[in-house]
Amino acid sequence: MSSNQTDMLEAARAERLWPRPPLWVAALGAAAIALLLAYPFIFKASFSHHLMILILLYALMAQSWNVVAGLSGQISLGQAIFFGIGAYSSTVLFTKYAITPWAGLLVGMLLSALAAVAIGVPTLRLRGHYFAIATLLIGSSVQIVFQRWDWVGAASGLYVPIDRTSPLFYLQFHTSKVPYYYLALGAAAAGYLVVWKLRRSRFGFRLQALRDEPDAAASLGIAIARHKVLAFMISGAMMSVAGTFYGQYVLVLDPERLFSMEISIIVLLMTVLGGSGTLWGPALGAAILVPLSEYSRIWFGGTGRTIDLILYGILILLVCMWRPSGILSLLEERIRRRTGTP
Amino acid sequence: MSLLLDVKGLTKRYGGLTANAEMTFDVNEGEIVGIIGPNGAGKSTLFDLITGFQPPDAGRVLLDGRDITGLRPDRISRLGVARTFQKLKPFPDLTVTENVIVGALARTSDMKTARDQALESLAFVDLLEKRNHFARELSTGQRKRLELARGLAMSPRLILMDEVTGGVDQRTIAGLIELVLELKHRGLTIVTIEHNMQVIMRLADRILALHAGRRIAFGTPEQVRSEPAVVDAYLGTIDDAA
Amino acid sequence: MSGELIIQAVISGLLMGLIYALVAVGLSLIFGLMEIVNFAHGEFLMLAMFTTFWFWALASLDPLLSLPLVAIILALAGILVHFGIIRRLLKAPMLAQVCGTFGLGVALRAGAQFLWTPDFRTITNPLIAGRVQIGPIFIGQPQLITGGICLLSFVALWWFVTRTETGLGLQATAQDRQAAAVMGIPTERMSALGWAIGLGCVGIAGSMLSTFYYIFPEVGVNFALLAFVAVALGGFGSILGSLVAGVLIGLVESLGGLLLDPSYKTLIVFGLYLAVVIVRPHGLFGRF
Repeated sequence: MSSNQTDMLEAARAERLWPRPPLWVAALGAAAIALLLAYPFIFKASFSHHLMILILLYALMAQSWNVVAGLSGQISLGQAIFFGIGAYSSTVLFTKYAITPWAGLLVGMLLSALAAVAIGVPTLRLRGHYFAIATLLIGSSVQIVFQRWDWVGAASGLYVPIDRTSPLFYLQFHTSKVPYYYLALGAAAAGYLVVWKLRRSRFGFRLQALRDEPDAAASLGIAIARHKVLAFMISGAMMSVAGTFYGQYVLVLDPERLFSMEISIIVLLMTVLGGSGTLWGPALGAAILVPLSEYSRIWFGGTGRTIDLILYGILILLVCMWRPSGILSLLEERIRRRTGTP
Repeated sequence: MSLLLDVKGLTKRYGGLTANAEMTFDVNEGEIVGIIGPNGAGKSTLFDLITGFQPPDAGRVLLDGRDITGLRPDRISRLGVARTFQKLKPFPDLTVTENVIVGALARTSDMKTARDQALESLAFVDLLEKRNHFARELSTGQRKRLELARGLAMSPRLILMDEVTGGVDQRTIAGLIELVLELKHRGLTIVTIEHNMQVIMRLADRILALHAGRRIAFGTPEQVRSEPAVVDAYLGTIDDAA
Repeated sequence: MSGELIIQAVISGLLMGLIYALVAVGLSLIFGLMEIVNFAHGEFLMLAMFTTFWFWALASLDPLLSLPLVAIILALAGILVHFGIIRRLLKAPMLAQVCGTFGLGVALRAGAQFLWTPDFRTITNPLIAGRVQIGPIFIGQPQLITGGICLLSFVALWWFVTRTETGLGLQATAQDRQAAAVMGIPTERMSALGWAIGLGCVGIAGSMLSTFYYIFPEVGVNFALLAFVAVALGGFGSILGSLVAGVLIGLVESLGGLLLDPSYKTLIVFGLYLAVVIVRPHGLFGRF
C-alpha cells in the first residue's frame, strides 16, 4: 500500500461515521419541527387541521411503500391490504370486545406483519413484475373477501360507536381535531424515525444492496428472502398504524374505501414523485398531493375524485418517464456526495 | 498445506448442452489456482456451481472438509467464500465506501467497525480517493477494484475471482498482479479465472484447464503448458498464445 | 347438477377463454419483445369497447362492421404509445416501468370515467344477436361468433409470426435483441409492431366483446388481471401458451362459478395464478 493511501486512510478513519448535514439543512429541519409542533395554534381553522392530519397520515403510508419498494426494491401494488387490516382490527376489537383502540393498534400491526409473511414468503421470491401482479391480485381478493364477510359487516362495513366519555382511551376526539393532529404527528414521527435509523443500520444497507444487485448481495452473505420479508413486514406494520388512526378519525369503515386500489396507487405516487429511496421523499410527495387532492375536491365537487385520479395517473407516468428517481433524489445525491451521509 | 476447496465430479447440464462435466480439482490453503479455457468452456458456470448460484446436477463441493454442495449462495459466502463477477455488479446508488461496507457487514454488525474495515479494503485496492463517489461513476478498472475490495471486506478465507484483469490496461494489470500476490502473502486462498496468459503464469501455483466443459489438464504451470490437449485447445503453445 | 348445466358452463367458459387468450397474447408479445408488462392493457380493452360503442351509438355502425376500424385504431394507438411513452420507459429502472404503465392505466380509466360517467352501457341488437341451439344447449350467437373470430385471429397471428419474414423478425427481436440488430433487423420498428399487434388484438377482442358485455370504465380491470394470470400461466412470450392458458382460465372460472359460489370465482383464478408462478415460474410454455 502506498504511503499516499496510508495518509488518506488515517484521514478517512478520523471522519465522522455519519457526517453532519449542512447548516442550512439543519436550520430548515429545526424550523420545520417548530412549525409542525405549533401548527394547530398558528392555523386555527378546523379544515387546516384536517388537511395536516391527512398529510401526516399519508406521509406515513407513503413511507411504508418506500420501505418495501424504495429501499428493498419490491414493487407492491397492494399496500391497501395492510391499511384495511389496521383499520378493521382495532374497530372489530372495539365494537365487539370493547378493547381500547390502542391495543387494537398493536393487534393490527401484528396481524399485518403476519399477513406480510403469509403473502411475502411465497411471492417475494418472484421477479418484480410477477410480484407486482401478485399484490394486485391479492389486494383485489382481500377486498372481495371483506365485502362478503358478515362478521366484519360485509359490504356495509362497520361504525365505530361514538363515546365521548373517555377520549384518550377510546381514541376519539369530538370537540376538536387538535388531539388527532398530535397523534398523527407522533405516529408519522415515529415511522420516520424508524426509517431514519433503518437506513443507517446493517439491515438497511443490506436491503439497498439486495435491491440493486441481488446476486452481488447474496455473494456478500445477505439472506435475500429473509430480508425482503422483514422489509415487507415493517412496511405492512407502518401501513397498519395509519389504518388504525384513519379508522378512529373517520369512524366509518367499509371495504370499498379501505381496501381500495386508490390507496395503493396514491402511496406509490407520493413516494415516486418525492423521491423513492430517500428519507423525506414520501413526505414531500404527501405534502404536494394531499392539498392538491383536497382542493380539487372542493373546486370540482363529486368529480373531484375522478380528476384526482387522472392527475395521479398522468403524474406517475410523467415522473417515471422523465425523472424516475423523484424530486428529492437530485438533492440527496448532492448532499451524499459531499458528506457521505445516507 | 491443507485442503481448503475440494471439487469432485461437478456436472451441470442445460437441456442438451453440458456446461460442466465431471469437474474435479482441489485447492490448498494459501495457494493460487488459475482457471483457463476458451470462451464458453464453462468457467463462470463452475464458479456458479461452487458458490451456490446454480445447483449442480451431480458432484460435490467440500469447503475445508464440509459439504457445501447446493447450499444457498449467502450461506456459502458466510462460510468465508467471496467472489467477484465477470459482469461487474456494483451497487450503483451507493457510494464506493457504502458498497464496501456491505461486504464488511458480513463480519460485523457495528457500523463504525464496518466503515473502518471498508476504508482499509479501499486503501488496499488504491481506491480511497473515490470513496465518496457513487459506484456508478467509476471506470471499469475502478469497478473491478471496488468489487475486489467489497469481497475482501468480508475477510474471506477463499476468494473466487472472475476475470479480474479483463478489459483493463497494462499498467493496471501490473498493479492487480501485485495486489493478488500481496493477498496470497496475507494467507488468502485464491482461485482466479483468467484469459491473460502472462498473468496466469506469474500468479498461479497450479492451473486448471477447461475445454467444452471438461477438465483437460490440472497441475503446475509447466505441466499444463506442455499438455497436448491444452496445446490443441489453444492452437499453439501457451507461450504463443500469450 | 345436470350434465347439461356442466356442458353449458364448459362451452361458455371455452368461448370466454378465447377472449381472455386474445387479450393475453398482446401482453405476452409486448413482454417478449421488451420485457415490459403493460399494466394499462385492460384500459386499452376498455377503450376498444367504448370506441365500438360510440361508432354504434353515434354513427349507427354495427360492431361487426366497425371491427376492422377499431382494430386499426388500437393498433395505431399502440404505435403511438410505443414511440411516445414506452421508448422513454425502457431506459428507466424496472420500478419506473411498472409504475409508468400502471399510471397510464389509472389515467385512462379515470379519464373514461370523467368523459363518459361510470354508467354501464350496452349495444342492443347487434347484427349477430340471437341464440344458437344445439340439443338442450343454448349458446349466445355473439359469444359464439366472438369465439370464432378470436380463434381466427390466433391462427392469423400464428401464421404471421411463423411464416412471414416480418414475423420471424419479431421472433428474432424477442429472443435476442442485439443479435437481431446486428443481423439488420430494425428492432425499434419491431417493438412498435409488437405494440401495434398487441393492442390490435385487444381491439378485436374489445370490439366483439362489446356485442354482449357491459361497457363501463372499470371493465378492463378484471380482464387485465385475468390476462396477467393467463400470461403467467402460459408463459410470457409464448403465443400458444396464451391460447392454452386463456382457455384454461375461462374454463376454471366458468366451472368454478358453477360448482362454487359465483362471487368467489375470481378468487379461484387468482389462486391459480399464485399456484402457477410459485410452482412453475416460467409458466407452461414460457422462457421467462
